Amino acid sequence: MNWEIVIGLETHAQLSTASKMFSGASTAFGAAPNTQASAVDIALPGVLPVVNKGAVERAIRFGLAVGGEKVINRRSVFARKNYFYPDLPKGYQISQFELPIVKGGEIPIVSPTRGEIKIRLTRAHLEEDAGKSLHEDFHGMSGIDLNRAGVPLLEIVSEPDMRSAEEAVAYAKALHSLVRWIDICDGNMQEGSFRCDANVSVRRPGEPLGTRCEIKNLNSFRFMERAIEFEAKRQIEILEDGGKIVQETRLYDSDKDETRSLRIKEEAHDYRYFPDPDLLPLEVSEDWLKQVQAKLPVLPQAKRDRYQREYELSVYDSNLLTQSREVAEYFEAVVEHEDLKDFDKRQTAKRAANLITGKIAAEIGKTGVSIRDIDPKPGGLAGIVELIVTNKVPVSTATTVVLPELITHANKPVKELMKLVPQYSQFPQALTSRVARDAMVTSTSSTAAASIIVSVFDLWPTDDTKELEHIVERTIADNPTQVADYRAGKERAFNSLVGQVMKATKGKANPAQVNEILKRKLAG
Amino acid sequence: MHNASLKELSAALAQGKTSSVDLTKLFLERIQKTNGALNAFITVGAEKSLAQARAADARIARGDAKPLTGIPVAHKDIFVAKDWLTTCGSKILSNFVGPYDAHVIERFNAAGAVLLGKTNMDEFAMGSSSENSFYGPVKNPWDRTCVPGGSSGGSAAAIAARMAPAATGTDTGGSIRQPAALSGVSGLKPTYGLVSRYGMIAFASSLDQGGPIAKSAEDLALLLNVMAGFDARDSTSVERSAEDYTLDLDKPLSGLRVGVPKEHFGEGLSVDVGRAVEAALAQLEKLGARRVSITLPSSGLSVPAYYVIAPAEASSNLSRFDGVRYGYRASGYRDLADMYRKTRAEGFGAEVRRRILIGTYVLSHGYYDAYYLKAQKIRRLIAQDFVEAFRQCDLVIGPTSPTVAFRIGAKAADPVKMYLNDIYTTPANLAGLPAMSIPCGFGNENLPVGLHITGNYFAEARMLQVAHQYQKATDWHARRPAGIEP
Repeated sequence: MNWEIVIGLETHAQLSTASKMFSGASTAFGAAPNTQASAVDIALPGVLPVVNKGAVERAIRFGLAVGGEKVINRRSVFARKNYFYPDLPKGYQISQFELPIVKGGEIPIVSPTRGEIKIRLTRAHLEEDAGKSLHEDFHGMSGIDLNRAGVPLLEIVSEPDMRSAEEAVAYAKALHSLVRWIDICDGNMQEGSFRCDANVSVRRPGEPLGTRCEIKNLNSFRFMERAIEFEAKRQIEILEDGGKIVQETRLYDSDKDETRSLRIKEEAHDYRYFPDPDLLPLEVSEDWLKQVQAKLPVLPQAKRDRYQREYELSVYDSNLLTQSREVAEYFEAVVEHEDLKDFDKRQTAKRAANLITGKIAAEIGKTGVSIRDIDPKPGGLAGIVELIVTNKVPVSTATTVVLPELITHANKPVKELMKLVPQYSQFPQALTSRVARDAMVTSTSSTAAASIIVSVFDLWPTDDTKELEHIVERTIADNPTQVADYRAGKERAFNSLVGQVMKATKGKANPAQVNEILKRKLAG
Repeated sequence: MHNASLKELSAALAQGKTSSVDLTKLFLERIQKTNGALNAFITVGAEKSLAQARAADARIARGDAKPLTGIPVAHKDIFVAKDWLTTCGSKILSNFVGPYDAHVIERFNAAGAVLLGKTNMDEFAMGSSSENSFYGPVKNPWDRTCVPGGSSGGSAAAIAARMAPAATGTDTGGSIRQPAALSGVSGLKPTYGLVSRYGMIAFASSLDQGGPIAKSAEDLALLLNVMAGFDARDSTSVERSAEDYTLDLDKPLSGLRVGVPKEHFGEGLSVDVGRAVEAALAQLEKLGARRVSITLPSSGLSVPAYYVIAPAEASSNLSRFDGVRYGYRASGYRDLADMYRKTRAEGFGAEVRRRILIGTYVLSHGYYDAYYLKAQKIRRLIAQDFVEAFRQCDLVIGPTSPTVAFRIGAKAADPVKMYLNDIYTTPANLAGLPAMSIPCGFGNENLPVGLHITGNYFAEARMLQVAHQYQKATDWHARRPAGIEP
């Protein structure tokens, strides 16, 4: 019989305010220890907390994005969570307990097994971060850095709606993307701006929820997936051996790729929550809500829906294009480009989507550059899309040659590029005017850049059929094995031959024409 | 000079009859002579005070003086003052020098007042006798074998013994009013939120309120003019336009309806105190007030509710005193938990430890609803009692404390008996209402009796007016204890 994994996530998103949740100290990361700890953060006698309105506004933005006005509590209450620890200066953390600012909401995700589903949120509440204890380099003592103490956090708690590690990661990624989309958190996981804990349990399908364990220290999506998989396997093994799961908090050790017990439930604190008498209940007026709503950007879900409806893009592509607001903005700038306005949007959108989710995404992955700063700019990419939809250049050439060359040679004077291609004794036909050539730059904001690259690198398809027939004949002669394989019925051999021909023509040949000639010659 | 009112002192300074330096020296000398016997001050800093006095004199010479410029003021040692030792009466802060000024200190500084010294108090303001201080008990100037009341006992004794012309205190359950009553001086707890709590070391945040202690209602009005005011650093501070509390002092009392709660004249009230309060009510009637009998049905629950809510908040507020960042830290600990344990066991006195234990208990899982939530419900009932009462009267008047000052040590072994001292004062804190105590005669052993006046929210001006009119017609507030420096 099979097992079902049940996962709920608790996420701490650090809100991107300049100052702390209850003090005026800076939240900037990486300052020298204790240089960003004010009297309030150190908890000097007599000091008092004052709520940071910017943090509250970000929590409201989140609420509006995941559930609209109905999930925003018009009155929420700050409570004290009492426990002793050296990096908790007041001896309590100010959080929200019985009345959080956001109650409910949902995050849509695409599950690899269940398709488009919605993960329900239990709540999201405001709280302050603790400081940091440093146990190294202090010779038998611990160092305390209170720079992080009081940094504003939004703790986002999901319902146990996920059924696999992949779904948990999809949810975490969607949430990560959303908090950046609505500009409430920078999402930097290395710096701890976005931290997840997972509650994991297993059960037989249809049975009530099993005993859960909370896994901490999941500071990357990869670790989250591995930790949940390890933990589920551990629990299943215990149950199958007739054992029982002990409710506990476990820590993921990425070096050993395992989780280990941190503390069991019996050792859990009694936090003695009670409303913080230093702070009045947090009131959110209808006016304030309206102001925040007015500033909220179009949400990723709305964009995804529109891409599927208007452009007939796939769920997959729409998802990729709405990973971040910058990507969506880039994509839309290409599709809406002036020079593409006469073409079918469904066609241009599909071509743009392929280029962005393919080569452009790979380039971002490789260099770490933001899509805001990448070359080509949307204008330059629109030029490539135009070459494709007008059939001026084969898709493969546009994708594998023109775009990479444009990335490499962005914004260069054509005069310099010409030096790179000395094998051409004469200038490409499009660049015969010396005056024009001297002034020309491969400006990646311009649709012209793509055509310039094609000209400089002599990639315009040739319609010299005779020459092509000659190349095909030579290719057949040079590759007797593949020819034999093809004749023996191996389709893959044919593709290999097409590739050889394209290579020989430096990608200039029209693939359809190559297919046709090759088939004819092989048959002959 | 040391018996003069603030108005008189202000005039003398303005006319050049005295200087702030001379005035400051006069009171520093009186402290030097008397403090050994009374233990009203924890810290004096003559150099710092005199520097402020010199600056005040220069300001007066420039013609830039405000009403309190140049006048020495003693502050309860609960107010953090920059460069002043600020102990809160506790060993755990016995080495804590203030790194900043409390809002109240800032306002007195801006007014040009001189910080004369820091007064003794029950540790963390927990007590009704000023016996619970790491620095030893304060003695009542009227009888040094008696307590002066608490927790602001040092400030009250300092005024009674004319060691300072003006002082501040804080009041969480009666800590300004009860010592004012037992020491024969005047004290006012303003409406919750009128005086910023920023820099006032927290005992029970939802109840704490700073206020003045002085010889007369008129002096209280001048002091409140300085202390009251919005402060964005205290989220419970009330934003409202400034008021001059001296404006209405001289208006007559005709038409005033005085509510007399029957619950405050029943069992537990000693006969001598009852007699003095009755006489005061008669005096008010003579001045034109009309007496209205009222009822505060929930007031009997105020002490139990108070002794759940205040310790609950205190148990959390005092968590920051852990020996990690400042203050006392025990030596010879094994590990972190041991350091916490030893530091707090050694750093806090018995009463503070008791309240931390009570507070921790009532907030614990499984007890929260039965204690803390129930106490909060009672708190609302008590506030509702006053809403009803103020439909029938303008002020509620009765005794401040059930008895006159008691002997040092007499109640130290019985906390519940001690807590019952607060029976008439805690309702105002629970409801957030302003309340004051003024001298209204003498009881057993010729010890002072206090008259308790509770007003509606922000009715301080009215209360001060009534108190001032009463003090114009009587001289209880002008009486001085025998046996101190004349």
